[in-house]
Amino acid sequence: MAPTSPSRRVSKMFERSHVAAGVFSGALIVCIVFGGLVLLSPRALADSSIYDGLGGADGVSKIVATATQNFLKDPRIGHTFSETNMARFEEHLGEQLCKLSGGPCDYTGLGMYDAHRGLHLKRRDFSALVEDLQDAMDTHGVPFAVQNRLLAILAPMHREIVTD
Amino acid sequence: MVWRVRAANISLLGILTVFSATEGRTAELGELVDSARLLATGGVSQIEGAGGGGLSTWALITGYGSRDAVGGNVHATIADFDDFRLSSYGTAVGIFDRVELSYARQRFDTEQAGAALGLGAGFTFEQDVFGAKARLIGDAVYDQDRWLPQISAGVQYKRANHGNIIRAIGGASDHGVDYYLAASKLILEHGVLLNATVRATRANQFGLLGFGGPRNDDHTIQFEGSGVWLIDRHVALGFDYRTKPDNLAFAEEDDAYDVFIALFPSKHFSLTAAYVDLGDVALQGEQNGAYFSIQTGF
Repeated sequence: MAPTSPSRRVSKMFERSHVAAGVFSGALIVCIVFGGLVLLSPRALADSSIYDGLGGADGVSKIVATATQNFLKDPRIGHTFSETNMARFEEHLGEQLCKLSGGPCDYTGLGMYDAHRGLHLKRRDFSALVEDLQDAMDTHGVPFAVQNRLLAILAPMHREIVTD
Repeated sequence: MVWRVRAANISLLGILTVFSATEGRTAELGELVDSARLLATGGVSQIEGAGGGGLSTWALITGYGSRDAVGGNVHATIADFDDFRLSSYGTAVGIFDRVELSYARQRFDTEQAGAALGLGAGFTFEQDVFGAKARLIGDAVYDQDRWLPQISAGVQYKRANHGNIIRAIGGASDHGVDYYLAASKLILEHGVLLNATVRATRANQFGLLGFGGPRNDDHTIQFEGSGVWLIDRHVALGFDYRTKPDNLAFAEEDDAYDVFIALFPSKHFSLTAAYVDLGDVALQGEQNGAYFSIQTGF
């Protein structure tokens, strides 16, 4: 390999600093925009609990009733409820959403793993349930930002619910 | 040349290993298509045909197939700049939310600038891009309680035509391979998706003007970043920023950025509209323009 001439070394350094400047400015832009998006997001602007955003006790019970209807009518996952006591299911789902969203409830149902273990649920079943819950929240006018805050809490449960 | 073949073999071996490991989740044929992933979580088709934003490649696997299924789509993109027109069309598949394979054909029509460049008005450079991406770790959507992003590694083999013209303008080669590592994270609590990608490339203007050149002939590290704000289930606003090498002596190459709106009426169709700034291209001044892309699939 031919020795690198001084001008080639300089242009290589320039190239590297050009790339470094590009990487730095790119990272800076991402950070600034992220900061901006966080500051401007509805979460930052209105400091209320998710429970209030869902409509409190009344809102949660309406959402749970509609969501349960959606689950049962959903050809993808309706059959997974064939052995389920639906009255208890609705009660426990209401307690869970209330508690997780910051409301004054205790959850008296089974842990997520025990509740779902025998069903051999796949990732696609979990996604279907999320969509049905989103539809129920849409039906009852829950703002998109509040829905996402709730889903952020529910999403990691896939590790205990999806067993197949 | 030998190392290129070896790199391609290793990539293929890697993909087949990942593929056969996930084959353990065998699904009945009818269940292989489930369109189960949440709306918009495959991204759209970026300029080289991979799943991503407009200019940048994301760690998300394209399509709506869940972990137990496959998804796919075709896309068409057109971008009209002051002096050029850039278009691409292609197809991509996502396999078990683990591997993505893509193909895109890009066309770079020099329009009137072609005459100024001595090539003839409407002289068009074209390029094939064959891409493969593998999700290594993480789940951008469901791991909302972890800081770890979804991280994917990918390669894009690019093969441009008009090799003689490319060499005449100083390009060292008419084909090349890009390697990239992408990290994507959906932060549902704030309704934003962030992506950062590092790419090793020799490509000039994404490869359309060849690979390598008098200023630099080796792969250099370039950066892509995206920020996306979810407006509702069907609408996202975002931006991409992408740095590019500056290998050719005859014309400087700049960083590129775009701001976009992406619409997802259903899992079978998406539409992206953007304002793109490619910076200076082939001495014809700053190229800004409107970009439209449609994607249809499952």
